[in-house]
Amino acid sequence: MTEQPVFDEMWGRDEQLRAPYRNYHNWFDKEDPKRLRAKNREAEDLFRLTGITFNVYGRSEAEERLIPFDIIPRIISGAEWAKLSRGIEQRVRAINAFLHDIYHTQEIVKAGRIPREMISQNDAFLPQMIGVDVPGGVYTHIVGIDLVRTGPGEFFVLEDNARTPSGVSYMLENRETMLQMFPELFSKNRVQPVQQYPTDLCRSLEACAPRMAGPNPTVAVLTPGIYNSAYFEHAFLADQMGVELVEGHDLRVVDGRVAMRTTHGYKPIDVLYRRVDDDFLDPLNFNPESQLGVPGIMDVYRAGGITIANAPGTGISDDKAVYSYMPEIVEFYTGERPLLKNVPTWRCSEPESLAYVLDNLEHLVVKEVHGSGGYGMLIGPTATKKDLSAFRRKLKARPKNYIAQPTLSLSTVPIFSRTGLAPRHVDLRPYVLVSPDGIKITPGGLTRVALKKGSLVVNSSQGGGTKDTWVLEE
Amino acid sequence: MLGKTANGLFWMYRYMERAENTARLIETGQRIALTRLNQTDEEWKSVLKSADCLSGYRAAHDDMSRDQAVDWMLRSKDNSSSVVSSVNAARQNARLVRTAITGEVWEAVNSAYMALKSALSRKVSERDLPSVLRLIRHHAALVRGVTHGTMLRNQIYDFARLGTFIERADNTARILDVKYYVLLPSAKSVGTSIDNVQWESILRSVSARGGFRMEFGAGGGPREIAEFLILDRRMPRSLAFCAGKLGDNLNYLADDHGAGAASRERVSALENGLLSKDINDIFQFGLHEFLQKTIEEITNISRQIEQDFRFYA
Repeated sequence: MTEQPVFDEMWGRDEQLRAPYRNYHNWFDKEDPKRLRAKNREAEDLFRLTGITFNVYGRSEAEERLIPFDIIPRIISGAEWAKLSRGIEQRVRAINAFLHDIYHTQEIVKAGRIPREMISQNDAFLPQMIGVDVPGGVYTHIVGIDLVRTGPGEFFVLEDNARTPSGVSYMLENRETMLQMFPELFSKNRVQPVQQYPTDLCRSLEACAPRMAGPNPTVAVLTPGIYNSAYFEHAFLADQMGVELVEGHDLRVVDGRVAMRTTHGYKPIDVLYRRVDDDFLDPLNFNPESQLGVPGIMDVYRAGGITIANAPGTGISDDKAVYSYMPEIVEFYTGERPLLKNVPTWRCSEPESLAYVLDNLEHLVVKEVHGSGGYGMLIGPTATKKDLSAFRRKLKARPKNYIAQPTLSLSTVPIFSRTGLAPRHVDLRPYVLVSPDGIKITPGGLTRVALKKGSLVVNSSQGGGTKDTWVLEE
Repeated sequence: MLGKTANGLFWMYRYMERAENTARLIETGQRIALTRLNQTDEEWKSVLKSADCLSGYRAAHDDMSRDQAVDWMLRSKDNSSSVVSSVNAARQNARLVRTAITGEVWEAVNSAYMALKSALSRKVSERDLPSVLRLIRHHAALVRGVTHGTMLRNQIYDFARLGTFIERADNTARILDVKYYVLLPSAKSVGTSIDNVQWESILRSVSARGGFRMEFGAGGGPREIAEFLILDRRMPRSLAFCAGKLGDNLNYLADDHGAGAASRERVSALENGLLSKDINDIFQFGLHEFLQKTIEEITNISRQIEQDFRFYA
């Protein structure tokens, strides 16, 4: 196999400016780098003032940090996006059908398309959800599909975030910042708007209210509190939707409803957009130590008294072992060929796969089945000998815990560095809203960029930054 | 509105008010220390006492000194009422109620936090003190200004105002009480030997010197000062003014929440009882006793507000 040059989304593989970037590049060429550098600092001040920060776990003080923002937008053509969003919609429909199925009759297991133990032995499978009919039939109200790109038309799904995907506030604030700093760019380029997301989110959640709710359902956002790393986003979304931001201790079960303590007394909630993990949701039904949840909420939920978004137990669909079955899952429930590609995945639980992975470790990326945030993973090509042998031991000890994938040649997008434009690897997380009224995908999403040269790790907890993501009108 | 949100608003504005009051107290202390010939650290003791943080100071320090007292009130993390602690707490509460305040109010609080964090990151020298104190007042004024200019006049605003005026009333009562205590330890000396500098310092600590002069010119003694700061309803830091505002805001809330809130009753009782007297009655009653009773009643009102509006449970 010959080494192909990395695909750059601005310059392609052959230094030819790609069409979506034409207008932007014309503008950029005429800009004074000094002015742009000043704008870069301005952006940072703006973020700091509005408080768009995240808290870093494991630091001595509850430190607040900015996610670095890069002023060069990532630009996707309308046609590219249309194709991509069809694939996303198909995948999300399949995920919902899959969740309904595995918590009911498990047709997919009966059909032999996925091994029984992949479900029953899976830590992310919640027996408490078996037979529960979720309001509106929706399991994943909000999904963030992580995509990577390797060539002009080649996108791969890296991960389906079907629990509580975060980062959407950065998508919105990045756009807001760009609009404030470079208004002229938006009159030169017809960029599809993203600002409607909070309104769409609110409508979508309202449309999923339980049957017993009135015509104007009460929505609330449940946060673990101000020390949570994504607290800013929780407050931001509640604020933008004009709904209450609640914590577990504001809530209690009153007369069979989950109600929040207001200055007037307890008021029932119809739809709870929770940003608290399943395990902490209900100390009576899950982790008894949890201070973050609401005792008894699961009983109210099962009785149809509240909508929990996303539904408990959706984690099984973004489990990395289940991920490897996604092509089968999509085909099984939609009857169509999957439009989006999966990254080839070796399940280390299978002896032949494990043998292959152990033999080829230095070429592979190994991930924990339940891991996230880029922690606990091994990137073979950049790992030291010591790392490799440590990981070999881990793999042999608990093969079920790992999957492995080839290292993809991720696309790059230029960032504005001290010396001018410099290519850096990116990924993309579009946000998808699901309700009985349909599936809505905000054009664009969050582009994360590895700021270190050559690095493939885009996670904000590990030195990644973000970019505004433009989808052009056709 | 969530009880937690009402609580957060109440405390966010209490702490902003506290930061400003503490800065004013330091300013007064510094001024007196500079203008008095017989420099004494006694003044700092009474300033610390006015700020209600003398016992904490004593637990942390063996002796009294200007530098330590100023640092304790400005920067100490061990002093929960220091400017740094107050502004941190105000911002923490603002984060908690981010959805209830306007973006501009949040930005004003956040920029106060950022500016003061950097200005107070190191010990403030005597030379830099005036500009640092100005910075604190400036930021407090900014928060008050955008609150006034951008917030809806609804229950959110009412809770913000309750916090402001509880803190302010408490602060004014304490300043009066401490000075009274220091200057006039026995009832017999009331109105006889007064120290002009001390009385002036009281006016300064509540930014009332200009207003007082406008009313009384160069005249006016301690009796007038006491009347001005306790009973004058035009003076925005007087006890009667604060009580009036507390009553107003509790009335607006009552329109919303139905009548019968016990805190409203308590404020009425304060207005119709203690604050309906004339200043001679108050001196007769004993200024110190009067102020003690008022401080106690303010604390009770604050507790009652917590209960009436389900701040905690």
